Amino acid sequence: MAVEKEVYSSDKLDEAEGAAIEALRTASQKVIGDPDQWLGELPAGNIFLTTLDIALDWARRSSLWPVAAFPACCAMEFMSTSASRFDISRFGMEVIRPSPRQADLMITAGTLTWKMAPQIKRIYDQMAEPRWVIAMGACGVSGGTFAQSYSVVPGYNHIVPVDVYIPGCPPRPEALLYGIQMLQKKIAKERNLSGSKKE
Amino acid sequence: MVIKTEPFVLNFGPQHPSTHGVFRMRVTLDGEVVVNIEPMFGYLHRGIEKLVEGRTYHQIIPVTDRLDYTASMSNNLAYVMAVEKLAGITVPERAQYIRVIMAELQRIAAHQLAVGAFTNDCGCFFTPFLYMWREREKIVDLFDMVSGQRLTYNYMRLGGVSHDVPQRFLDALAIFVKKMPEYIDEYDRLLAENEILLARSKGVGILSKELAVNASVSGPVLRASGVKWDLRRADPYLVYDRFDFEIPTGTVGDCYDRYRVRIEEMRQSVRIIKQALEHLPEGPVKSDLPAVIYPPEGEAYGHIESPKGELGFYLVSRGGVSPYRMHIRPPTLINLTALRDMIIGWKVADAIVIFGSIDICLGEVDR
Amino acid sequence: MTQPLNTKEVATKLSQKVPGSVVQPAGEAVLVDKAHILGVATYLKEAPEFDFDFLADITGADYYDYFEVVYHLTSFNKNHRLIVKTRISERGNPTLDSVTGLWRGADFQEREIYDLMGIAFQGHPNLKRIFLWEGFVGYPLRKEYL
Repeated sequence: MAVEKEVYSSDKLDEAEGAAIEALRTASQKVIGDPDQWLGELPAGNIFLTTLDIALDWARRSSLWPVAAFPACCAMEFMSTSASRFDISRFGMEVIRPSPRQADLMITAGTLTWKMAPQIKRIYDQMAEPRWVIAMGACGVSGGTFAQSYSVVPGYNHIVPVDVYIPGCPPRPEALLYGIQMLQKKIAKERNLSGSKKE
Repeated sequence: MVIKTEPFVLNFGPQHPSTHGVFRMRVTLDGEVVVNIEPMFGYLHRGIEKLVEGRTYHQIIPVTDRLDYTASMSNNLAYVMAVEKLAGITVPERAQYIRVIMAELQRIAAHQLAVGAFTNDCGCFFTPFLYMWREREKIVDLFDMVSGQRLTYNYMRLGGVSHDVPQRFLDALAIFVKKMPEYIDEYDRLLAENEILLARSKGVGILSKELAVNASVSGPVLRASGVKWDLRRADPYLVYDRFDFEIPTGTVGDCYDRYRVRIEEMRQSVRIIKQALEHLPEGPVKSDLPAVIYPPEGEAYGHIESPKGELGFYLVSRGGVSPYRMHIRPPTLINLTALRDMIIGWKVADAIVIFGSIDICLGEVDR
Repeated sequence: MTQPLNTKEVATKLSQKVPGSVVQPAGEAVLVDKAHILGVATYLKEAPEFDFDFLADITGADYYDYFEVVYHLTSFNKNHRLIVKTRISERGNPTLDSVTGLWRGADFQEREIYDLMGIAFQGHPNLKRIFLWEGFVGYPLRKEYL
């Protein structure tokens, strides 16, 4: 079956995409700072977490739903983690949503290239707040073994702010679970209702 | 009354639950029927061919792991075989048998993932996938015993393998080989006569023999279309000519045939491992080579039958520490040449099933 | 066992059938003049004693003075193989005839060579960048890049 008329112009679409990629590339040469204002807050005595805060934090950290955006090899280890042996279901995370609107965690499992970067940024922007990002694997942290390449973004923190970094190539499922637990500890300390704004 | 329709363009974006990675297609639809597709790659293009021009031959082995990350042992094997051809390095017997065992174990693991993902695309959301993942974890444990890694093994070395296999590996492998045929029969019992799988994949996405050969398709996709070509038989490498195994082929070339070929190949792989285990000789597992080698000027093309097809490495050397040019022949990219012909005319849901049956891995397509 | 063909015999046959094409047999490969690549490829595919129906690989390499495009051909029925090479000396705007009409499998591989090395294939149905994006400046696999 042949197409009778050209429904879209693929050249124009490709050029528009290329222009967006080049624009993002020039705009992302510096690293976005990590959201770490929670470190400045003094432990136990001086944070007044209301009971509602504690309840909200408990609910949020116990059912983080990841969005399914898995470029490369670390995706295999993520799949192993969600399979029956290592089981992220015990952390409430087996619900992997393809739609970013319904997710609150982005686990970046794979090398990010400049061609893919606008798409990842779009997925991150579409996630509803509160949202968190775990940079999984050496490629997510700093570009990994491909950092000198002409088409690889040297780390996800050029494009999105990252909360937890997990090294490894690929990190074992136990390492990924440890990183998730670190994120859960971080979420437990968040103040939601007392005016401190989290980006 | 005839309703006026217009073709509509849908973007199967790089982020999609069933695209097996970051693969993108622009699909032109007339209602639900696919009229045209335009596949787009490059979302994982890491520039490996340029990157390796700055590394020594030994340092490239870990990089090749990350090509087809579902079958790392095969990538390593193809690369070291190409370098050994280029530099004239011989491999001891025990190392060759160990390489065969690893390659066939990897074939079983990769096919489990392939069939699991394919049935995922057909609609049985994760059930057969998790059944197969159970055995894949056993294979990954075996690999963990020899190489310390679960995914990117980096186990093959120029002139052999990196370490000898420990005794507990051989014991565990003997138990595995005894039990695995029952597990494969379990998968087959669940899936082979399953009404939904048959309805969704029988007669869907037919690839004719002539087109398959002309489009340079290789691997299970080629064999499912009826061409009996397997590099382990046609151009034997390592010690494959000493083993007795069959090459399963399909008849029609539809998705169901590709599924059948993969299941049968798993059975044949278990057979090969059993034979290799019986005849495993003693001896060294690595040739003595310096840390930096300088192969003589020349070029070589080394290819193996990886789980996805013919994986080849073309190396040019100018006598230096790193290759002058390395090119990787990616079986999955070339298998995708026939994608348009296979999908046009089917519905959207069939497009996913057909695409899943080719079984691509984006790390290899994009390199 | 897939036999590599004797390149001297192949070279003699080729220079009879497609005159002016062969430059020299070189080791396991036959070096062919770039203007005749389509004629040579058609003859190798259709002649019954060669019958090369499977194009295993097309590669390009940059050797500073010239680009070299390498074709690896295999025959399923006869189980033999051959390497055909051709050289392009212009660096400014290198072009070569496409073999997509003979072997469909050349499609994506020629696009890749165009994308990463800049060799334009004439007669290719859809010669666009495949891995890098439109607007990317330069051809990475050339030796002068980076």
